Amino acid sequence: MNFDFSDEQKQMRDEARKFLAEKCPPKAVREVLDGKAPYDKALWRGLAEMGFLGVAIPEEFGGAGAGHLELCVIAEEMGRANAPVPFSSTVYLAAEALLLAGSDAQKQKWLPKIASGEAIGTLALFEGKGNPSPKAIRLQATGGTLNGVKKPVPDGAIADFAVVAACTGSTGRDSDISLFLVDLKAGGVEAKSLTNVDPTRGQAELTFKNARAEPLGAAGDGWSILTQVLDRAAVLLAFEQVGGSDRALEMGRDYALDRIAFGRPIGSFQAVKHILADMYVSATLARSNCYYGAWALSTNASELPEAAAAARISATQAFQHCSKNNIQVHGGMGFTWEFDCHMYYRRANASALTLGSLSYWEDQLIDRMRKKNAA
Amino acid sequence: MNFDDTPQEAAFRAEAKAWISANAPKQYEEELRKSSLGRTVLKDANILEVAKAWQKKKADAGWACLHWPKEYGGRGSSPIERVIWQQEEGPFGKLSGMFIIGHGMCGPTMMAFAGEEQKRKYLPPLASGEKVWCQLFSEPAGGSDVAGLRTRAEKKGDDWIINGQKIWTSGAHYSDYGILLTRTDPTVPKHKGLTMFFLDMKSPGVEVRPIKQASGQSDFNEVYFTDVKIPDSQRLGAVNDGWNVSLTTLMNERMSIGAGVSTGFPELFDFCNSLMLEDGPAIEDRSVRSRLANYAVKASGLRYTSMRAISALSKGERPGPENSIGKLVAGSMVQEVAMYALDLQGAAGVLSGPEDAEVAGKFQAMLLRAPGTRVEGGTDEIMRNIIAERVLGLPGDIRVDKDVPFNKIPTKGRA
Repeated sequence: MNFDFSDEQKQMRDEARKFLAEKCPPKAVREVLDGKAPYDKALWRGLAEMGFLGVAIPEEFGGAGAGHLELCVIAEEMGRANAPVPFSSTVYLAAEALLLAGSDAQKQKWLPKIASGEAIGTLALFEGKGNPSPKAIRLQATGGTLNGVKKPVPDGAIADFAVVAACTGSTGRDSDISLFLVDLKAGGVEAKSLTNVDPTRGQAELTFKNARAEPLGAAGDGWSILTQVLDRAAVLLAFEQVGGSDRALEMGRDYALDRIAFGRPIGSFQAVKHILADMYVSATLARSNCYYGAWALSTNASELPEAAAAARISATQAFQHCSKNNIQVHGGMGFTWEFDCHMYYRRANASALTLGSLSYWEDQLIDRMRKKNAA
Repeated sequence: MNFDDTPQEAAFRAEAKAWISANAPKQYEEELRKSSLGRTVLKDANILEVAKAWQKKKADAGWACLHWPKEYGGRGSSPIERVIWQQEEGPFGKLSGMFIIGHGMCGPTMMAFAGEEQKRKYLPPLASGEKVWCQLFSEPAGGSDVAGLRTRAEKKGDDWIINGQKIWTSGAHYSDYGILLTRTDPTVPKHKGLTMFFLDMKSPGVEVRPIKQASGQSDFNEVYFTDVKIPDSQRLGAVNDGWNVSLTTLMNERMSIGAGVSTGFPELFDFCNSLMLEDGPAIEDRSVRSRLANYAVKASGLRYTSMRAISALSKGERPGPENSIGKLVAGSMVQEVAMYALDLQGAAGVLSGPEDAEVAGKFQAMLLRAPGTRVEGGTDEIMRNIIAERVLGLPGDIRVDKDVPFNKIPTKGRA
């Protein structure tokens, strides 16, 4: 047994951290936050050059062919830097869907473009409020064309292609759902940017009007593929959330050491120390759950569904806990636009919802534990 | 990253499994499996005798105190082998409960500070469970503030004479030996005038009085010392260097307690899986599922945190203060879990008799034992201080008695 990343993987993490510290300082995040650009294009190109976009994409499809453990360590650093790029939608959702269900031609067409940074991808799943469910998917697929509306779609306004969940039956059952691949630049799809709590990760409404679509995976397999994509993305996003938790904890710790009140650093007051200790505890529990998720993801273990839900819940809780308490430790300053605390608070609360809410994943976890128990 | 055994680990596991299967006291397996915090008792047997017999059997076959050196009664095993053993020992491991203090804290302290001859004399019977040890640190005036203790040791010829009182001493009523922290110089600041000894609990002048706890059980004791004589040869470390000696013990305490604290989650999950509420099975209730999921990720988070610590240990890294999170998280969780399990039982949750209460009153027993878990071996607040100061690097609490001679420190608030 060895429950840790290898030295090579840790080295990759250090490399990514160094790269992001240089290319993605808070100033760069603010450019996107302030609406000056929809995402950081220079950073996106840099990530491609470093090989980070295709780290888990096989070499035959233009990637680095490293693997998912390597992608986990990169994800952690993306979260720590709060990187304002469409990484999660392109790499965790679109690329994973292609890897799982794409034909050879589809992989050949899109994966090299993802790895090189030429194409941004996303997953169009939701149709308004609610959690992932076959019943909630109404967008219709008929004869190779799609009609309907998807929102919110992460990075939908800047994406080049989307994996779209559509209804090919009428009963609301799993087998009524199929996935399609849509070239968003080919016409038939209108994208509208939507205001959201985290402007560094865009959200959009996509309206499909007789949009040309090719099937991704077999007809009726959509729900089963989606479930697997969401589980895989849950582990990867959880690493981002852990990276963000750690950064929020560090910011709070540093401020508590520097800020003097009543003649002492505020970090010497037990009330403040204990807030920070609890942040450390939540981040540590999340990290450990994530490591288990990483192992399950990288080995495609039968434990993956349960491990993914646990990592997702734990990391969501930790990031929300750490980012809100980082603001608390900063006092009034933490609530200002000028300080960086709110960027992590925004990201934490947006990440908490992008793959389905916390309560959805709680439900999933108990279902999966029950199934295992019954087996 | 992997969870598979290496060929050596697999061989060790197979050997352990075969031996346990052939030798464990299987007649108690079911009872032990069902026991949880607040209730490890055997209906028709004296648990102390059963535990001692199992420990002796393990020791004779070379399975006791796996990580200790062979010459002191151990096996010289790696940290991973220890974990494999614990996995295979399963519910029978619960029988080791009464040896935790001796094996986890007293043994390591003796190993670090006793003379070679003493180690060879005292450690093997400690490993084999023939002799049980306790740790005499806490006092009415010094719980979390361990260095505030008042038990005096005065030198007389080659002996030391001990007078004073200890409290919260786990297992003192069945212990043969103890390690004892005393004050040898009250004229210097409190950390600088302490000295550590070990002693025979049957020495004249030692009186053990069990404390009846909130749960109604008695796991702890008060121990009184009246002119108890300890030879200087039983001193551990230098005179007045007892604080440093005790840090070795406390660090080991955190490792051994932190790793073994129950969260109550497996019990709660099973309970919710079988409990029927008015509207159907509890586990299908939305709010029950949400609570369960929250506990589930804490329990798994702790499990994998300790696996990370073991991986680090097996690479030669030292166990750090981050291990304090085990007790901090599990301690308050087990209390919440117990309260929640009672809440699910509604009005009948108040009943605690094994005949009337759900699952034979398991959660009621847990409820009444749980407050102790949050206090013993360091309170939640001390654990948070350790994390804040030693892991996160925040300043220490302000200590107004730091440079004050011990005998000048006020002994009463609101004078």
